[in-house]
Amino acid sequence: MAQIPVDPLGIINQFGPHLSSMTGVRLSTSVEPERLVKTHCCFCGQQCGIQLKVRDNQVIGFEPWEDFPFNRGMLCPKGVKRYLQGSHPDRLTTALRRDASSASGFSSMPYADAIERVASEIGRIQQKHGQGAVGVLGGASLTTEKTYLLGKFARVCLKTPFIDYNGRLCMVSAGAANKKAFGIDRTTNPWSDMVGTDVIWVAGSNVAECSPITTNYIWQAREQGARIIVQDPRITPVARTCDLYLPVKPGRDAALFAGVLQIMIERDWLDHAFIAEHTVGFEQVAEYCREWTLSRTADVTGVPQRALLQAAEWWGTAKTSFLFHARGIEHHSNGVQNALGTINLVLASGRIGKPKSGYGTIVGQANGQGGREHGQKCDQLPGWRDISNPDHRRYIAGVWGVDEQELPGPGVDAYELFRKIDRGEIKALLSICFNPKVSLPDNAFVTRCLEKLEFFAVIDFFLNDTAWHADVVLPGSLHEEDEGTVTQVEGRIIKINKAVDCPGDAREDWRIIQDIATALGRPHGFTFEHPRAIFEELRIASKGGVADYSGVTYEKITQHLGVFWPCYSEDPRTGAPIDDHLGTPRLFEPGSYNPVARGSGPFYFPDGRARFNVADYRPPVDDANEEFPIYLTTGRVVSQFLSGTQTRRIGPLVKQYPEPRIEMHPRLATKLGLADGDWATAETRRGTITLRAQVVTTIRPDTIFIPYHWPGRKSPNQLTVAAQDPISKIPQYKVCGCRVRRADGPPEYAATLEPQQ
Amino acid sequence: MAKPDYLLFFIDPNRCIGCQACVQACSECDTHRGESMIHLEFISRSESVQTVPVVCMHCDQPTCAEVCPADAIKRTGDGVVQSARKPRCIACGNCVVACPFGVPELYEDRKIMMKCDMCYDRTSVGRKPMCATVCPSQALFFGSREQIEQLRPLSAPVNTFHFGNQTITTQVQIMVPRALAKTAPHVDVAAAMDDQPRSRAVSLKMVGAVEGDPFAEVEV
Repeated sequence: MAQIPVDPLGIINQFGPHLSSMTGVRLSTSVEPERLVKTHCCFCGQQCGIQLKVRDNQVIGFEPWEDFPFNRGMLCPKGVKRYLQGSHPDRLTTALRRDASSASGFSSMPYADAIERVASEIGRIQQKHGQGAVGVLGGASLTTEKTYLLGKFARVCLKTPFIDYNGRLCMVSAGAANKKAFGIDRTTNPWSDMVGTDVIWVAGSNVAECSPITTNYIWQAREQGARIIVQDPRITPVARTCDLYLPVKPGRDAALFAGVLQIMIERDWLDHAFIAEHTVGFEQVAEYCREWTLSRTADVTGVPQRALLQAAEWWGTAKTSFLFHARGIEHHSNGVQNALGTINLVLASGRIGKPKSGYGTIVGQANGQGGREHGQKCDQLPGWRDISNPDHRRYIAGVWGVDEQELPGPGVDAYELFRKIDRGEIKALLSICFNPKVSLPDNAFVTRCLEKLEFFAVIDFFLNDTAWHADVVLPGSLHEEDEGTVTQVEGRIIKINKAVDCPGDAREDWRIIQDIATALGRPHGFTFEHPRAIFEELRIASKGGVADYSGVTYEKITQHLGVFWPCYSEDPRTGAPIDDHLGTPRLFEPGSYNPVARGSGPFYFPDGRARFNVADYRPPVDDANEEFPIYLTTGRVVSQFLSGTQTRRIGPLVKQYPEPRIEMHPRLATKLGLADGDWATAETRRGTITLRAQVVTTIRPDTIFIPYHWPGRKSPNQLTVAAQDPISKIPQYKVCGCRVRRADGPPEYAATLEPQQ
Repeated sequence: MAKPDYLLFFIDPNRCIGCQACVQACSECDTHRGESMIHLEFISRSESVQTVPVVCMHCDQPTCAEVCPADAIKRTGDGVVQSARKPRCIACGNCVVACPFGVPELYEDRKIMMKCDMCYDRTSVGRKPMCATVCPSQALFFGSREQIEQLRPLSAPVNTFHFGNQTITTQVQIMVPRALAKTAPHVDVAAAMDDQPRSRAVSLKMVGAVEGDPFAEVEV
C-alpha cells in the first residue's frame, strides 16, 4: 500500500520544502570561484546559457554567459537564482524506504539494498501479474540521453508498453498538430528570424512570465516595425503594450482562428500560389470556415468584430510574419484543433520556410523538444519513430540487439496510466522527473491511484510531493551534477555540462536506471559508462528518422554553440557519408530536401506538401454554466517553475511570489463581495480551494486565474478537469466551469504551513 | 579603473515586464552582495501590470551628495555616484528624502545608506552591470549611444528631468518615443504625484472596446 506513511507535517519537517538562501561562501565577496562552467539553465525550454561558479564541489554563484547566441547573458529570475538549488538542506543524499515508525515517514537505507529492493519488487510483480503490470513515468527536464535510456529500459529491460512522460501535460498538442500538418514536429525558424518581420501573433502565451527571454526578441522586432498581436484572456505584461489585444474567452481559440481565416478568404488575403503548389486540403478548410461568420465568431470568442477584422487584415496583408503559441491554446480538450487552427493561418499566408517568416511552439520544459523525440513517449521510438510502424520497430530492435517481436507496442498516455492503476492493471510504478500529484488535473484521483500501488519507486533529488507515497526513493542527480544534451525551443541541440559531483550516495540518473537493469539480471544494453556513450548510440538510433541526430557530436555542439536537428551523418540525397553537416536552422526552405519527400517538396510527406486540416471548434468539457458560471484558467508565475519541486526551495524566488492567489476582475469581486487580499473559495465539480483574492483589471471579468506551482490544498489541480484531447491526450488545464464565494475564514493550512509548502 | 565614457545606461520602462530578474541579479553584485539596490515598482497593480525598474540615475549634480552633511557621497570622475562611504555616513537619511528619484535607502541595522552604484566592480573594468546584462526584456540596457540608436529606431534617450523648479541631468538615459523626445526633451518627474497622472492611464490598443476598459462588454 502506498498511503502516506505519516502525517504530512512530519514529512515536511524533514524533507521540506525548506528555503535556501545566500549564505556562507555564496555571500562572501572574498571567495573566488575555482572555475566557471559553461552550461544552461535547468528550468524552461528557452535553455539560456549561463556560467556556474564552482568552488570545493559546490556551485557558489553564476556569471552571465554573454557569448551564447540565444540569450546573450540574459536570464529570468529563476535563471539568476537557479544555483541556490545545490547544496540544499532538503537534498536527498541517501536512498530512502518508507518507514511509518519514523517521524518523517522515511528511513535511510544503503543504496545497493534499495536497488535490490526495487528490482525484486518489479520482478515479483511482473512474474505474478505480467510485464505490463509495471509502469514507468519520465520527464522532459531530463537530458535527451536519459530519456533515450529510460525508453529503452522500459521496452527492453522491463518489456512493458506502459511508459509515458510529463511532456504529456505540455507539448503533445503542438506535436500532434505539427505531425499532421508538416510531418515533422519542430519550430520552423531560429528566434533571430523574428526581428525584421511585419507581424508577430502570440496565441496563448504569457511570454513575459513563461519564456521571458523571448520578450527581447519581440521588442526588437517591434523596434524594427513589427506589429504585435496578443491573444489571451489576461492582459499579460507583453499584452500591455501590444498593438492589438484579442481578449479571447477561455477555450474558444479554434473558433477565433476559423473566423479570422474566413475573413482572409472573403477579402482574398491568401497566397494562392503557395496554397496550390505546396499544400493539400485547403478546400475542406475553406468549406468549414464558411460557417464562421464575423458575428458568430465574435459571439463565441468574446473578441469584438473590429478586433477580429484588424487581426485578419494585419495578418492577411503582411509580407513577413511569425506566429507562435504555447499552452494557452494547447492545454485544451480541443488542443490539437487549436494548434491546427494557427497552422492553417500560417499556410494560407504562405509565409513559412523563409527568413523572417516562421511558426513555432514555445516549449515549456528544458527538454520539451528533445524529450519527446527519442522514446519515452508511449507511442514513439528514438528518432521520432513510430512504435507501431514495422520498419521503424525493426530498425530500432536492430540497434538494441533484440528481436523485433519482443518490443512492446504502444502504451497509454500518463493520465490513462493512472486510470490503469485505478483499475488494478498497473500495480508498480517507477517515476523520475514527474510530480503528478501536483501537476495532473483532478489530483485527488491521482492521489487515490498512488495509494493503490503495490510498489512505487521514485528517482529524484528532492522528495517531491508524489514521492511521499513511495516505498523506495533513489537519490538522483541535479542538472549540474551530470552532462548531456537537451534540445531547446528553436530545435537547437545544446550541451549541459557537469559542474559538481553528486553528494553522498546520490548518483547520475542514468546510472540508477542501469543499476536496476543489472539487479533485474538483464544488463544487456545498459552498461554505458558515460552520457557520451549513450549519445553515440542515440545518434545511430535516430539515424534515418525524422528527428535525425546522427551528425551531431558533443564537439560540434560545443564548437558551434548548438546544432539544429535534423543533422545528418549521410547525405540524405546520395547516402554518401558526411561529417560536416551543421544541422538545419530553418525548416521547409524552398528547394530543400528531406528524406521523407525525397525532393518532391519542402514538407515531410511523400508528396512534399503541407496539410491543411479542418480545425474544428468544440466547446470545452465542463464548460461554465448556470451552476458554475465562471471560467477557471491556470498557468505560471515568472518566479516559479512547474510543480515547484526546485523553485519552492529557493528562498529569493519564494519571496518574490510566496503563495498562489485567485486573480479576478474588480467587477467580479464586487459582485461576490470580495476585496483584494480577502480569503476566497473557488469550487468546481471536483473540489475546492481557498486562497487570497487578487483583484486586478487585467483579466476577463468572467474568468479567474490561479497559478499551479503549489501542492496540497494550494493546488488548483484539485479543481481542474481530467478531460483530454482525443488525439494528443493533453489535459484541459486552461478552462473549466467554477464558482467563487467569500471564504468562511482562513484555510486550515494557513496556520501550519509556510508559503512554499 | 573607471567606467568607459562611451558606455551608458539606458532604461526603457515601456519594455519592462516586471519579472524582477534585475532585482534578483542585483543582489549577486560584489559591492553589495546579498542586498538588491534596484527598485521594481508596480505603478498600480490593481489597474495594470505596468512596472518600472528604478536604478540610481547618477545625476551630474547629485542632490543626495549636495544635502549630505557628512560628505559621504562621492561622484567619481567617470560620472558614477557611489554608495555612501562607510566611515563618513551618519545614517541621517537626508539623501533618502532629497533624491528626486527615490533611490537611496537607509539600512538602519547597519547605520548606512546604500544605493545602486552601477555595479562599479563590473562597470569600472569594462563589463556590464548585472541588472542590464540579465534583463530579459532589455528594459535595462548598457551599451553605446550608437548601439541603442541602431537597435531602437522608434525611441530616443532623454536625460533631462524637471522636478518642480529643479532641472536635473543624469548619466542614466530614459528611452521615450522618438517623436516625443524632439518636442519635449525632458521628463516631468513630479507629474507622477498628480492625482490622476496621465502616465498611469493604460492605453491598451484594442479596437472596438470602450476607452480604458478592454473588458467593458464582458458580462459578469
